[in-house]
Amino acid sequence: MSENHDAESSNNLPAPIEEPIANPGLAPHKPRPTDIDPRAERRAERQVAAFFIASMVCAVLFCVAYFTLDIKDETDTFIGLGASNVALGATLGLALMFIGIGIIHWARKLMGDVEISEQRHPAASSEEDREATLAALSAGLEESGIGRRPLIRNTMIGALGFVGLPLIVGLRDLGPLPGKKLERTVWKKDTRIVRDVTGTPVRPEQLEVGDLMNAQPEGLVTPHSEEIEKEGHSRGVEYLEGVDLQVEKSKSSVILLRMEPKDQTFSKRSPENWSVNGIVAFSKICTHVGCPISLNEQQSHHLLCPCHQSTFDLADGGRVVFGPAARPLPQLPLKISEDGYLVAQSGFLEPVGPSYWERDSE
Amino acid sequence: MSSTSNVAGSVASTNGTTASTAKKQGRGAKVVGWADERLGLATAAKKNLRKVFPDHWSFMLGEIALWSFVVLLITGVFLTFWFKPSMAEVQYFGSYSELNGMHMSEAFKSTLDISFDVRGGLMVRQMHHWAAMLFIAAMLVHMARVFLTGAFRKPREINWIIGGVLILLGIVEGFAGYSLPDDLLSGTGLRIADGMVKSTPVVGTYMSFFMFGGEFPGDVIVPRLYMAHILLIPGLILALIAAHMLLLVYHKHTQWPGPGRTEENVVGFPMLPVYMAKAGGFFFIVFGTCALMGGLLTINPVWKYGPYDPSKVTAGSQPDWYMGIAEGMLRIMPPWETHLWGHTLSWNIFVPGEVLPIVLLAMVLAWPFLEAWVTGDKREHHLLQRPRNAPVRTAFLVAMMSLYGLLWAAGGNDVLAVLFHLNLNHITYFMRGAVFIIPVLVFIFTKRWCISLQRHDNEKLLHGYETGIIMRSPEGGYSERHLPISEESAYTLTARDRDEIYVQGSDVDENGVAAPGGKLAGLRAKLSLGMFGDNVQKPTAEELEEGHHHAEEEHALEAGLDHSADGHQFDGRHEVEGEALRGGH
Repeated sequence: MSENHDAESSNNLPAPIEEPIANPGLAPHKPRPTDIDPRAERRAERQVAAFFIASMVCAVLFCVAYFTLDIKDETDTFIGLGASNVALGATLGLALMFIGIGIIHWARKLMGDVEISEQRHPAASSEEDREATLAALSAGLEESGIGRRPLIRNTMIGALGFVGLPLIVGLRDLGPLPGKKLERTVWKKDTRIVRDVTGTPVRPEQLEVGDLMNAQPEGLVTPHSEEIEKEGHSRGVEYLEGVDLQVEKSKSSVILLRMEPKDQTFSKRSPENWSVNGIVAFSKICTHVGCPISLNEQQSHHLLCPCHQSTFDLADGGRVVFGPAARPLPQLPLKISEDGYLVAQSGFLEPVGPSYWERDSE
Repeated sequence: MSSTSNVAGSVASTNGTTASTAKKQGRGAKVVGWADERLGLATAAKKNLRKVFPDHWSFMLGEIALWSFVVLLITGVFLTFWFKPSMAEVQYFGSYSELNGMHMSEAFKSTLDISFDVRGGLMVRQMHHWAAMLFIAAMLVHMARVFLTGAFRKPREINWIIGGVLILLGIVEGFAGYSLPDDLLSGTGLRIADGMVKSTPVVGTYMSFFMFGGEFPGDVIVPRLYMAHILLIPGLILALIAAHMLLLVYHKHTQWPGPGRTEENVVGFPMLPVYMAKAGGFFFIVFGTCALMGGLLTINPVWKYGPYDPSKVTAGSQPDWYMGIAEGMLRIMPPWETHLWGHTLSWNIFVPGEVLPIVLLAMVLAWPFLEAWVTGDKREHHLLQRPRNAPVRTAFLVAMMSLYGLLWAAGGNDVLAVLFHLNLNHITYFMRGAVFIIPVLVFIFTKRWCISLQRHDNEKLLHGYETGIIMRSPEGGYSERHLPISEESAYTLTARDRDEIYVQGSDVDENGVAAPGGKLAGLRAKLSLGMFGDNVQKPTAEELEEGHHHAEEEHALEAGLDHSADGHQFDGRHEVEGEALRGGH
């Protein structure tokens, strides 16, 4: 094949490999059994047709399954899936596979299998073409006068740059400006803490030592009992819905934990009067990237985030004991209201959730 | 061509003795004529219909990616008929009774409806998800193939970049699609994405508010992601795939070197019929595989996770596998944060979430240019290299693969801890060191492995292959019998260029003056030595001659003992004309 090359290498290719062994050239074509044995040939032909017929059968079975099996009745009939799903997937899958197998079998056994050779061409255009292009380019540029008229050129570049402004400014209404929104939650002085499922307020004595409770500020959970809801309305509680509810839930969720007061370590950022009889409330939103934290290690008062395993010590002001989170969990100061429920002394004194550029973490 | 050596008359009736030439046909010609008078396609088609594609199993990997994308388009269109990209709150009353009465977004409800009220809906949803997995996996493996065989070299660097961008787009597209059902898991994924966005210095908070139309989660992210998922990103992917394929056709496919296969030609089957049949048939196999998986293998059962609630999370949350390395980086990053002048910079999120993924991709994408600069090679390359013959390149990719694997494992550190009863913290500490140490070890190990494989090739060339026949000399010593390999195999083994190591100051300008080169040239010389210095070069003609001479002598000495085990004469390296098994079978 590749013998007798011209020595010159204008095609920008590596020299043909002829040493230490010369290229012996393409091996002769070897006939397949289907090429020399008419019986093998006919057998292959029948096999290909059989695959296509099998495909047709599967397609018909798909239609049968579609109309006879109803997913509404059963969603867990077979390997955790509905019978309809399994039957439709299997029949459609096989119908398609058999077409593919049939065609490839045909190609391998019966279509011509003589390899042919094609010359490559250099990726670059010929020297003449390139020169002609360059000539056309410079003629065009010359005629436009863009080089001789810098005033036009520069103002045009300027205009093209400025027209980018409307494109960017036009996106301004994608969302409101952040403002101080990330620093606020619905928690404020005397906000009741309620259970996050039933919406009922919590008395300190209802929590045993070691109990962990997922909680919300009153107003984020519609109470199960209408009585409580009415009573809430009478105190001016506003029950949030829709987007507002989702936004507040992603900031205001808290965790209540009761521990032995002797296990607690107090500090400036977690003073003693923020907890009630060993009950503490911390933000449930991880200071790493904002997953709700939920896994409690009862013995150690450690709380683990299931997303990236940041671990916080609730007995020690929410300190990070392990993982990628850089800041302690914000603590909600607690007190007991006059009617004996757990309420907030104030809102959080720092923004909850993940860090962001404007956050003043000191 | 070689086909003349066929035995005349002994070919399947469909098989010509030579490659067929187009014949004029009655009706076909009419149709072609009608179309050509309007479209003028015959000029392009005449070359391309019989365009040659070389055959090798590894050339199929990109095809899997292509066909799984087609499956994604088909199944995706089906899903859009029922999916409602809205975050409006509705109450569910439907076929899946366990969630009856729950409040959820319309997106989640319509996903449940597709799964439980549209016949075949769940199968198509699962097909779509499986095909997405397959799409990204196939792209990555295809990229590894291209890298390991040096197929990215000139003139294919641009296609290499396009491929890298396609992988990035594929991952973003996958994440967008994963987020659409608005289930608990995907909502948590979006929350993590929001945390990453917020960690961007200066503009992060604004980016987050503009993305979510206000504070997370807002009620616009699902419709916006839907637009990106079904229009913007697939449009870009489609355009880039078209460019990728056009360049492939223009450059013609690379091929493995071998007898008759050179830099100047491409040897294989013509597009029509063989390649078209094989590739077209393969589409049905990929499609069928996706359908079988969609029918038989559960993926992303969102009804079990429930609708998104920002105050809830499931233990053992895992993203889709292709997000695993970002997840791993996020998990093992130490808790570093800087507070300065009332601002917070979260290295612990910004670096693994935004910087490192881009750096890793950029490193891989920049390799062709680095290698071309080090070798100074401006020639076109159409013959593939065996991975062993580019030990440093191979070792680099395998080291990157080990890093990928480690980060991936780190992304499931909680799962590993539960599975193997290990301490989660220990796994994390181990991974923090391992991601730096193990890739280096893997690099060294792979490089040495490649070089020893190169040595093995030279052994085969010089001393022949190991026959497995153990011989005892009259003195009682044992040795293994070696026989020469065939000329074709020998040529294939030697069909590579000798590596040239760049030496600083070796560049000579037009006037014959050596260019000093400066610091960069020094770096280039060091890299060149590092990349190619340890490689084993193929034997020269003289060495080969000497080796054969030596082998012949040995052969002569052993001639008297030449009664190997029966059957060895049929090893494909001997003439077997008229041979029969000894022992009267």
